[in-house]
Amino acid sequence: MTQQSRLAIWKTYKIYIGGQFPRTESGRSYAIKNSAGKTIANACQSSRKDVRDAVSAARSAWGGWNNRSGFNRGQILYRIAEMLEGRKKQLKDELMAQGYTATVATREINLSIDRLIYYAGWCDKYQALFSSVNPVASAHYNFSVPESMGVVGMLAPTNAPLLGVISLMAPCIAGGNTCLILADQEKPLAAVSFAEVLHSADVPNGVVNILTGYQQELTDWISTHMDINAIVCFDQEKPDWQKIQENGAGHVKRMFRWNTQQLLRAGGQSPYLIMDLQEIKTTWHPIQTIAGSGGAY
Amino acid sequence: MTGKKPVFNPQILNHPPVEQTGVEERSVRFTKRSIKGPSKMQGLELVLSMIDLTTLEGKDTPGKVNQLCTKAKHLHDHIPGLPTVAAICVYPSMVSVAKKALEGTKINVASVATAFPSGQSSLRIKLADTRLAVEQGADEVDMVISRGKFHAGEYAYVFDEIAAVKAACDKARLKVILETGELGTLDQVRKASTIAIAAGADFIKTSTGKIQSAATLPVTLVMLETIRDHFQKTGKKVGMKPAGGISKSKLALHYLVMVKETLGDVWLDKHWFRFGASSLANDVLMQVAKEKAGNYQSPNYFSID
Repeated sequence: MTQQSRLAIWKTYKIYIGGQFPRTESGRSYAIKNSAGKTIANACQSSRKDVRDAVSAARSAWGGWNNRSGFNRGQILYRIAEMLEGRKKQLKDELMAQGYTATVATREINLSIDRLIYYAGWCDKYQALFSSVNPVASAHYNFSVPESMGVVGMLAPTNAPLLGVISLMAPCIAGGNTCLILADQEKPLAAVSFAEVLHSADVPNGVVNILTGYQQELTDWISTHMDINAIVCFDQEKPDWQKIQENGAGHVKRMFRWNTQQLLRAGGQSPYLIMDLQEIKTTWHPIQTIAGSGGAY
Repeated sequence: MTGKKPVFNPQILNHPPVEQTGVEERSVRFTKRSIKGPSKMQGLELVLSMIDLTTLEGKDTPGKVNQLCTKAKHLHDHIPGLPTVAAICVYPSMVSVAKKALEGTKINVASVATAFPSGQSSLRIKLADTRLAVEQGADEVDMVISRGKFHAGEYAYVFDEIAAVKAACDKARLKVILETGELGTLDQVRKASTIAIAAGADFIKTSTGKIQSAATLPVTLVMLETIRDHFQKTGKKVGMKPAGGISKSKLALHYLVMVKETLGDVWLDKHWFRFGASSLANDVLMQVAKEKAGNYQSPNYFSID
């Protein structure tokens, strides 16, 4: 008998909600093709209920994540980068399966890792940089500090399966927000594998949630969801920006379109992206003359 | 009560043992019914009307109780036509506050009594506790059974205690809390339910909400079946109140399905079925708002408690 070749074990690409890898609630899937048009995997076609579940996971994770020190968030972002470093080969294979050359895949992965490191560094610094002590005409200290917005819905760009996701996620969670990311519809494989990286990198459950599926179907549910505080997408993408704005206006959702060209090249990173997803809180505190207040102070 | 003191008959405990696997499998099936559209809306509104909005904390203040009563009256005024909840459930010391706040409404005031939640006190104290609640104006009294005595096999004691509290309740309806999480097995739940019903309970209730493992579908099913068997034997209806751990509207709908399929439509009324809950109301309201508006809602737009 000739030696049999091993049976191939195909990976099931699932979604990432609240630190778990469920299949979509709807039970639907769609075919992921390579550049030659051959099916190479099936991905979950998430439904509105997966959006709902992801938002409630992100919402319950937000308090804890937001309360961590910036330093600790930085440690965790750094840890994601470490874990990603160890998974380079897998991600490279997945990118190449969808038409990347080895050089371009390696470049995208390296850029992604560097970007994580970049934002890891910013976690405990942007507050100091963007806070201010304001001059006021009364006996008060008056200071303004950035605080996280809450849950952010993010639509990943096409043609940057990994870098796109990380460019959205990193500034968002660096600033204490939690997020739900809808991966690139046609090339979601790297995003799903990246979820596994997150899972092994001390990222608390629910801080990042990654869905795959049809952007056309889910954009409305994300932009109308009242418990999503902000929405971010890329400016060269298909989703109907006017519709998103209309949907979000009723409940004052913060809406951002980031520059695709700037973001997806080397150096496409900035603390101002962290600041997009922050609210400025201003506090007035009365100045007390400590010496004059006596023992009662 | 007719004034005739009920007497404990040990024969009532001779029932076939409860088959746990069967109960569990049956209760899972209630979660498989698909309830959509108008029936879902009807169900959600029914759930709202059956809620006993509860605050049972050591830190309760008149302010907190007043706030809860306002919520009971105005669940979510942005949506017209919503029912009010069935009752407010508080400690005896807060009954008068709640009573005053709910004046002129049809919302009842329920008070826990009998050394809630442990029930570890003498009968004399428990009766005094009950009378206090009733005198302050409680429409319903939620008592706890003596689980210690129950486990020690003193069924007659447990029975007499319930009967005595029932007598002290006067016109108030009596809910008997079995605290099923401390009873151990479904067989014990069946036994305690039988004793409570025979002793004159108007309602049987699963839990105090103070310990883990509160209301579950299997436990509630066993209690509903006890009620059903009693009804078939005597023609008398007894109410049911699962309490603790029901905070999602979907789960509440599963409970309604179970009530309907075990006891029938007559029990689908706040007079015979209640949910003891504090956070359930907001979840139901968010579901109702979602059905009306078409998009998912945020808790930020609903009251905090």
